[in-house]
Amino acid sequence: MNNEELKARLGELLPAAVFEEGAEWVTMVIDPAAWKEFARQIRRDPGLEADYLFCVTCVDWKTHLTMVYHLTSTVHRHTLVVKAKLDRNDPEIVTVSDIWRTAEFHEREAYDLFGVKFKDHPDLRRLFMTDDWKGWPLRKDYEDSVNMIKL
Amino acid sequence: MIEEIAISENGEMVVNLGPQHPSTHGVLHLVITLQGETIKKVEPHLGYIHRSIEKMCESLSYRQFIYVTSRMDYLSSHINNHGCALCVEKGMQIEVPPRAKVIRVLMDELTRLASHQLWWGAMAMDVGALTPFFYAFREREAINDIMEETCGARLTMNYMVPGGVMADLHPNFQKKVKAFISLFRSKIDEYDELVTGNIIFKSRMQGVGYLSREDAISYGCTGPTARASGLRCDMRKLAPYEVYGELQFEEPIATEGDCFARYRVRMQEMRQSLSIIEQLIDNIPEGEFQAKTKAVLKLPKGEFYSRVETARGEFGVYIVSEGGTTPYRIKFRSPGFSNLSALDHMARGHKIGDLVAIMGTLDLVIPDIDR
Amino acid sequence: MDVDQQNKPAGTFPGEVHPTAGGGILVTKLDEVINWARSNSLWPLVFGTSCCAIEMMSTASAKYDWSRFGFEVARATPRQADVIIIAGTIVNKMAPVLKRLYDQMADPKYVIAMGACATSGGPFFYNTYSVVKGADHVIPVDVYIAGCPPRPEALLHALITLQEKIRGGGTREQIKIEKT
Repeated sequence: MNNEELKARLGELLPAAVFEEGAEWVTMVIDPAAWKEFARQIRRDPGLEADYLFCVTCVDWKTHLTMVYHLTSTVHRHTLVVKAKLDRNDPEIVTVSDIWRTAEFHEREAYDLFGVKFKDHPDLRRLFMTDDWKGWPLRKDYEDSVNMIKL
Repeated sequence: MIEEIAISENGEMVVNLGPQHPSTHGVLHLVITLQGETIKKVEPHLGYIHRSIEKMCESLSYRQFIYVTSRMDYLSSHINNHGCALCVEKGMQIEVPPRAKVIRVLMDELTRLASHQLWWGAMAMDVGALTPFFYAFREREAINDIMEETCGARLTMNYMVPGGVMADLHPNFQKKVKAFISLFRSKIDEYDELVTGNIIFKSRMQGVGYLSREDAISYGCTGPTARASGLRCDMRKLAPYEVYGELQFEEPIATEGDCFARYRVRMQEMRQSLSIIEQLIDNIPEGEFQAKTKAVLKLPKGEFYSRVETARGEFGVYIVSEGGTTPYRIKFRSPGFSNLSALDHMARGHKIGDLVAIMGTLDLVIPDIDR
Repeated sequence: MDVDQQNKPAGTFPGEVHPTAGGGILVTKLDEVINWARSNSLWPLVFGTSCCAIEMMSTASAKYDWSRFGFEVARATPRQADVIIIAGTIVNKMAPVLKRLYDQMADPKYVIAMGACATSGGPFFYNTYSVVKGADHVIPVDVYIAGCPPRPEALLHALITLQEKIRGGGTREQIKIEKT
């Protein structure tokens, strides 16, 4: 499917989604509460079949956090990007590790570096830092006078 | 440090493999739950080489951050740099001259060969054959010599810049690469004779570590690991970049999904890389090796994603830019991260010796996973 | 770097041999003979965290062969190793592991910090929250090698320097013993 058809189909599945312009792939911003149901639909829908999740990122935009999911389909060979805005003081979103098994590690990484909590994750704990590390290192307001030597 | 009870009630034992271990190819800590000698669960503990590269790149300019990606997956260092340069060029709409494109592809394929040679030597050493290690390094030194003359370094060369390559090829490059091709053609048959047909090797590899196609897709596996399970995922074919669209080469696919299939796919990839180098080495176009760019690069506001095929799989560079001279957020999608998440699934029910064979064929480089 | 005049060059046996009828008499200091024997048979520990480990493996293989100098057997367990070559970056999570490995090694033991990361944090010095800026914050180091990664010849030079340091009595344990 090309970008126009993709936009049309995705708009049918979730009318409340907002599409961003000017990007290489179809990019949409959705409400975090609707993520799980939408994820199931795009995985199963015969026209979309987005079965390969290849990148899960979190971006810290000083006022809020955004989760970005890059998905592609091995059947139809199209790519789409889903974003969800989270509240900075209590970032929470539902996990998709039961739909795409790769999300288990990626979500642990987002928890470790940004502090985003994933509901129903089978094993949510720190991945890279030691278990008793305080703070979320990749956030923009992370201060660490002991370890970080600023240039 | 985690204190765990060594033997639980139903006779299961918890054993640590690593972080310092000759077979883990880096600092990987595996906590294995065993019932006798059979594995019940494998849990990777990461972070022993987490060097906070993504945070560091937020304060480096677009020309500076490329050097640090060489050190992530150090065996395909050119290809990592290539991915970063492609992302910056995508953002700034820079057109790369044809000579630079061909030089980049040649360096990429030589790096892929060097990485697969080291994989072959290290994997054979893990399952017990010590001789292939020395054979692999002997051939690798020939590639390191070629790289050193042109790029200046043997392992972590910063040769790719946004706009092209940093310096022109050395006058000896063509001669040396041609000599290497004729040398390696005979050596790769020697490799097959030495290891592939060996009955001990086959019985250790066949039937071990099965990964089905659906699981490979679900776990996000990429590279030769996924290709051995029947998934077509070569970025050079799916989204051709530079001159890959005009070259004749095949994507080796196997369907068995076990360790021996992954091994065979990589040996085939070595032969395909050799044929790509042969097609290009006599047809390097004349011209500039670097496009003219400003001294200080500024990406426009927006998001850019570029995908390249390293020796381990698909490497993605995702830059979120706010219009400044440094990236706002940069994320590296490493192939080993997803391949490692499938290790638990593949290793259940096998013995520890099989676990070592599976890790060898997954071709993990831990700094690539930990970033 | 400069080699001290009191260090014995490689290959000379310490002491004098006086030929007499029926053999010879060797006049030497026992310490010097022990140092000569120890320096020619140092067994490294298999310890590589990142890119420098590949150059260490190249030094071990056929073109640059370190077993000519006695580093033949690379042991995987620290109980049987003499020298630990820290090849790669040390991060906060790995530092206790490194300390534990060093403690498990038996005396006399030596440490070589290979590469810029182990010497001082290297390319990861600024703006990182998890890198230990130099392995000598964790364990005492005898020889430092510069480079990112250092060439195999640089690693061989460092190994020879360590051998000369042992023969000349300059390592930490030898100085400690002399003072007591």
